[in-house]
Amino acid sequence: MIEENVSLPRIHYLNSHYGWKSWLLTTDHKRIGLLYMVSITLMFFLGGFFALLIRLELLTPQADMFNADTYNKFFTLHGVILIFFFLVPSIPATLGNFLIPLMIGAKDVAFPKLNLLSWYIFVIGSLFTLWVVAVGGIDTGWTFYTPYSTTFANTHVIAATLGVFFTGFSSILTGLNFIVTIHKMRAPGLTWFRLPLFIWSLYATSIIQVLATPVLGITMVLVAVERFAKVGIFDPALGGDPILFQHMFWFYSHPAVYIMILPSLGVVSELISAFTWKRVFGYKFVAVSSLMIAIFSFIVWGHHMYVSSMSIYAGMLFSILSYLVAVPSAVKVFNWTATLYKGSVSYDTPMLYALGFIGLFTIGGLTGLFLASMGLDRHLHDTYFVIAHFHLIMVGGAVMGYFGGLHYWWPKMFGRMYPEWWGRLSALIVFVGFNLSFFPQFIIGYLGMPRRYHVYAPEFQVLNVMSTAGSSILGVGYLLPLVYFIWSLRYGKVAANPWKAKGLEWETASPPPPENFLEQPIVTEEAYNYPTRPAQPVKHGGKLTGGFAQPAGTAGKGREAEVV
Amino acid sequence: MMALTVSTAHFDRLVTAFRVPLFPEQASTHAPNVDALYFFMLAVCGGVSISIVLLILFFAVKYRRRTPDQLAEEAHVPIALEWAWIIIPSLFFMSFFGWGAWLYFQDAKAPQDALEIACTGRQWMWKFQHPDGQREINTLHVPVGKPVKLVMVSEDVIHSMFVPAFRIHMDVIPKRYTEVWFQATKPGTYHMFCSQYCGTEHANMIGSVIALEPHEYQTWLNGAATGSLALRGEALFNKLACNGCHTGDAEARGPYLPGLYGRNVQLTTGEVIVADENYIRESIIKPGVKIAAGYDNIMPGYDGQLTEEQIIELVAYIKHLGKKYDQFEPVAPPTAPAPRPAGQDPDQTLPIGNVRPSVPAEQVPTPTSPAATPAVPGSRPTSN
Repeated sequence: MIEENVSLPRIHYLNSHYGWKSWLLTTDHKRIGLLYMVSITLMFFLGGFFALLIRLELLTPQADMFNADTYNKFFTLHGVILIFFFLVPSIPATLGNFLIPLMIGAKDVAFPKLNLLSWYIFVIGSLFTLWVVAVGGIDTGWTFYTPYSTTFANTHVIAATLGVFFTGFSSILTGLNFIVTIHKMRAPGLTWFRLPLFIWSLYATSIIQVLATPVLGITMVLVAVERFAKVGIFDPALGGDPILFQHMFWFYSHPAVYIMILPSLGVVSELISAFTWKRVFGYKFVAVSSLMIAIFSFIVWGHHMYVSSMSIYAGMLFSILSYLVAVPSAVKVFNWTATLYKGSVSYDTPMLYALGFIGLFTIGGLTGLFLASMGLDRHLHDTYFVIAHFHLIMVGGAVMGYFGGLHYWWPKMFGRMYPEWWGRLSALIVFVGFNLSFFPQFIIGYLGMPRRYHVYAPEFQVLNVMSTAGSSILGVGYLLPLVYFIWSLRYGKVAANPWKAKGLEWETASPPPPENFLEQPIVTEEAYNYPTRPAQPVKHGGKLTGGFAQPAGTAGKGREAEVV
Repeated sequence: MMALTVSTAHFDRLVTAFRVPLFPEQASTHAPNVDALYFFMLAVCGGVSISIVLLILFFAVKYRRRTPDQLAEEAHVPIALEWAWIIIPSLFFMSFFGWGAWLYFQDAKAPQDALEIACTGRQWMWKFQHPDGQREINTLHVPVGKPVKLVMVSEDVIHSMFVPAFRIHMDVIPKRYTEVWFQATKPGTYHMFCSQYCGTEHANMIGSVIALEPHEYQTWLNGAATGSLALRGEALFNKLACNGCHTGDAEARGPYLPGLYGRNVQLTTGEVIVADENYIRESIIKPGVKIAAGYDNIMPGYDGQLTEEQIIELVAYIKHLGKKYDQFEPVAPPTAPAPRPAGQDPDQTLPIGNVRPSVPAEQVPTPTSPAATPAVPGSRPTSN
């Protein structure tokens, strides 16, 4: 969809100031969002590179490219980099930073300097990690299980845990900033139930970031202390308890899964609405489900520990709670599907990502139910079934949502369009490559191949080859946007609101002026208040009759969504 | 028709050539139960996934934007739908939970008559000790049709015992016993994996479970024995002079051990606990943690002085004690070594006992604590 007669605004946040200082010392949330975007893109391709090396080694059952230690370092770095330095900050720190003030009609976030500080903290944490990569890596797995990490590993555990520790503060400060911003800086008339669903999901995410991340920070410090000073905390040889570590680690790391996926759920709500020109069905249910997910996410961590000798009664409690957390996720999927009903569905690139997201998130979520079952987890625990499940959620879910969001708001950020044809192609390649990578892993997992094996039984080979083939397709799918996004910065067609989407962020110029809005916006309507046309009359002779292209305003609000 | 047959045959050849298994073997009594739940969930979740994907595709095509400014249609969808898709999935989720929890709960405790085999995990091998003293590394011989309980402990980091064909899985933790049990249903050789990442050679911490018909198992047992665990435990008990204090006399400085296993023990704190394997183990390596009421905290700890295998032997000895020390009737070690069962690969079944038949009591380290002093009754200071 290309708009006619659009020109870039004369002054916007990108050209209002020049020079490296204007970027490195900026307090503009939009510029900080872009700083994050550049940083995490670097981390994304670094972590993805390790993924490709892992898949290459797994082409054959023998160890032919890398030895055991090298492989162990690769999967550890893959996990640490992509989880702590890409997925956790991905949508909140880039799209969230850029969009929250725009979506709520504010000039900036509540604490602009704190926002810049959190980027610097993130960079410090990243530098620790890059240093670890440069000097020889770490081989504990991203889960840092004790006592291996504290006593037995001979790699750079302390530096890596400190990197994660520092990055945690970046996450906490960002979450704090968002919570205050959403509470205190909404435009007049923008009540809670008029907020875009993206804001609701980021609000829920921020709560998790603020409450759970400190526990991870403490745990990482305790690992470093035990390793450095031989204080018995987790290592039973020193009088510690290794299971305590797992409780503390998963107390953060399960909610962290929702830090990664909740923002994507918010993005998809925006996309589904924008590309059906329709209010999201069951708006309040979708909004509240984000909060429910955030609350429940804190009390399900034990489902990672069914076979760790935890009491079976504790296991049962964690199991039933894990099923309950699936309900609000299911509610979202059903509501998105219902939103398509009688919508005006277009197939632009962001929508392709969103539709792919719904399918993969559904399957990813449903396979999570298998793992939440104590009886089945006894077989599936630590197999490739788990790997496939969480990659469906984190790559099929979180990354697809991030890419969908990037494509959707790209013209908002830079005032230019990426090439649509290439965009659709990349969405298709990502979807195909993704499925080929991870579906064979469900079968490999049920067959019993454990994770973190660089050599494996020969009967698993064919499925592993399929998975590796898929991952190389996936790699191409991720490289394409990198190329055409950069291309579009200069050569893309100028665009302001190519989707004719609703929302405060589209009310201002693209790219927005440094102060976001020239006048304080005042909100008088619900989110996603798209005009509708009257219900379609019956078909005649196979042709639809009745007015397409009714002038806007004929029908007012989409009343069907008025629930609660 | 002809062409179809040919292509099917071709496909079969292809599949055989690549040997692509799609489903793991079922070789234990757990396996069919686990798979039944798996297929139930697969049917429900698969049905839901396919329905949602089809519905999305249907809506996306039917309601596609046909002209560039076509608006969405007014639609009236009842609110009841929201509650329907909250409540109905919840009911299904609860059925998944109930079934899974029941399955787990039912299989959590091993049957009373289970054959007990000790398992020690270490970087990067699995060691097994059978009750009659047979030892194996990375290979475990078990009889078909009899429940087998593995009592497991790690010497270093956390490992995890995983036998896919049996659908069992349990972490193996340093300084703490964990249990898992299974009953093999058909003879064969099955993968045994360590599934908890444990360092460099994690992927090579693998082995085989060899399920044998009971008579073959008996033959194997006879060929691999070197003295029962409990007998070796007794030798160790005497060598460490434990009998100096745990005498059973009126003025004994340590509690009387016969009949202890499985009994309630009152502690000096007033707490009452069951004397299970973990309690006995802890009382050997860290006796001061839980002191039986009426006794002083005078026993030296053996932490770091005994190997996990030696602790297993001591625990086995204490478990086997009857009402009195002299009532101890250990399983007699098989005396007539039988030839190795035919058809077995000697490399795979290499029992340590055959290679190194010495009694492990000789390997007792010389601890620096008073426990190492010769066992002359009364000559020792107050070691419980």
